Parts: sequence; C-alpha cells; structure tokens
Amino acid sequence: MAHRISLFVSLATVWLLLSGHYTGLLLTLGAASCVVVIAISHRMDVIDHESHPIHLGWRLPGYWLWLLAEIVKANIDVARRVVDPSLPIDPRLFEVPAHQKTDLGRVIYANSITLTPGTLSTDVSRDKIQVHALSGAGEDDLRTGTMDAKVCALEGNS
Amino acid sequence: MTLALDLVSWACLMLGAAFVVIGGIGLVRMPDFFTRTHPAGLTDTLGAGLILVGLMIESGWSLNLAKLAMILIFLLFTSPTASHALAHAALVSGLKPWTKPGADSEQNRSKP
Repeated sequence: MAHRISLFVSLATVWLLLSGHYTGLLLTLGAASCVVVIAISHRMDVIDHESHPIHLGWRLPGYWLWLLAEIVKANIDVARRVVDPSLPIDPRLFEVPAHQKTDLGRVIYANSITLTPGTLSTDVSRDKIQVHALSGAGEDDLRTGTMDAKVCALEGNS
Repeated sequence: MTLALDLVSWACLMLGAAFVVIGGIGLVRMPDFFTRTHPAGLTDTLGAGLILVGLMIESGWSLNLAKLAMILIFLLFTSPTASHALAHAALVSGLKPWTKPGADSEQNRSKP
C-alpha cells in the first residue's frame, strides 16, 4: 500500500510541476489519470520495492551527495587525460566483486560505476561486475571497494 | 544580488560548455568504441549538469526550475543505463577493447 501511495504522490507531483494550469477541470483530469495509471500498474503487478525503492529513504540523498563528489573528481581526471597532448590512457577490462544482497543494490552499484566517467560497467552477474576503465587510476579507485561498501550501506538490512 | 547570481550562472554555463567541448574532443581523439564512451560520460554528467544548473539559477523560483531539475534527474538515471546497454552489446557481439600497444593482450592495434 505504501508503494501505491508513494507512486500516486510522485505522479501527482510530476503532473502539477509540468502542467502549471491549476484549474478545477485540469486538476480533476490529472487526479483521474494518476488513479488510472496506478490501477493499470497494479494489474501489471509492477509496483514493488524495485520500481519504487522507498525503503532506501533518507539514505539516498546522502549517497547522491557522495556520488556527486566522486563524479566531479572523475570528470576532472578524464578531462585532463583528454586534453593532454600525449593522451595518457591505458584502457583495461577487469572484474570487481559486488557484495550487494539484492538485484536493486547491484543495479545501483553498476549504474554508479557507469555514471562515473572513466569507468563503465559492461556486465553484471550475481557477485561480480565486469568493468571497462580508461586508466589504471580508475581501476585502483574501484579496487579499494569504497563504492561497493557505500552501496551496501545504502541497501541497509532489508 | 542579481549580478552575483548572474555571474554564478554564467560560470556554470561556461564551465558546462567547456566540459561538453572537451567531451567532443575526447570522442575524436580516443582510439576505439569503449574508450570513446568515457569522454561521452563527461557531456552526460558535468557538461549537461552544469549547463542545467546554470539555467536553473537563471530561471529563479519558478516551475521552470522544477522542470530543469527533472530533466537533470532523468538524465542521470537514463544515461548510464544506455551506456551500459551499448557497451554490453558491443562486448557480447565480439568487439575486442583496444589496449595500449605493449600491454599484455592478445590483440594489439597501432595507435591512430
């Protein structure tokens, strides 16, 4: 039930922010379409903890802030390599262990790796992720396991 | 106050544009498909991000701010998924990643 309420709130928020017309008719139509979408999603059985990860709760903004700092650092590193006349790249393909307990956790980890420039996840399996890195520095960063541990902490005990 | 906001917004826009240009240069300079995806990540993250933040500061407290924030959030969710799908498909279909000449790999191509 919590997932349905959460879905309704996000759908309604998107409608209100995108429309900008707050008249009775349009608000009624908006509320009606939100309800129809939830009814259809319920019949398709797609409303669950994976499509709507509200159990991550307030840990998510903290993780995003940490990830943002990592992205900025990685952006500067890759930009520096691109403009360097000698093009100091040493691409490699390797695997890092993924200790997440749920599929959602592994997807968050793999997406975080890809979102960070310089590293790109190419394959995800049960307990490891295959990564393509632009340089040895990108591989060393992932090998420390900091991001792995952060995503595990984000998952919590659920 | 508006001047200060304008300056911050211009700085964000210029820096974002610089990252997009560097990403474009990287696309041309990199030797193969897999290495090209990395500079493309520059335009997705800080390039688009800084430009959108600059536009958000320009728009002030309005509905446009929320819309720009939504664009940023959707971009940050979808672009890694697309990059992963592309790279995975390339690897599955048998494209071998380029490695530095002299590195320990069976397939070494010369630097372009």
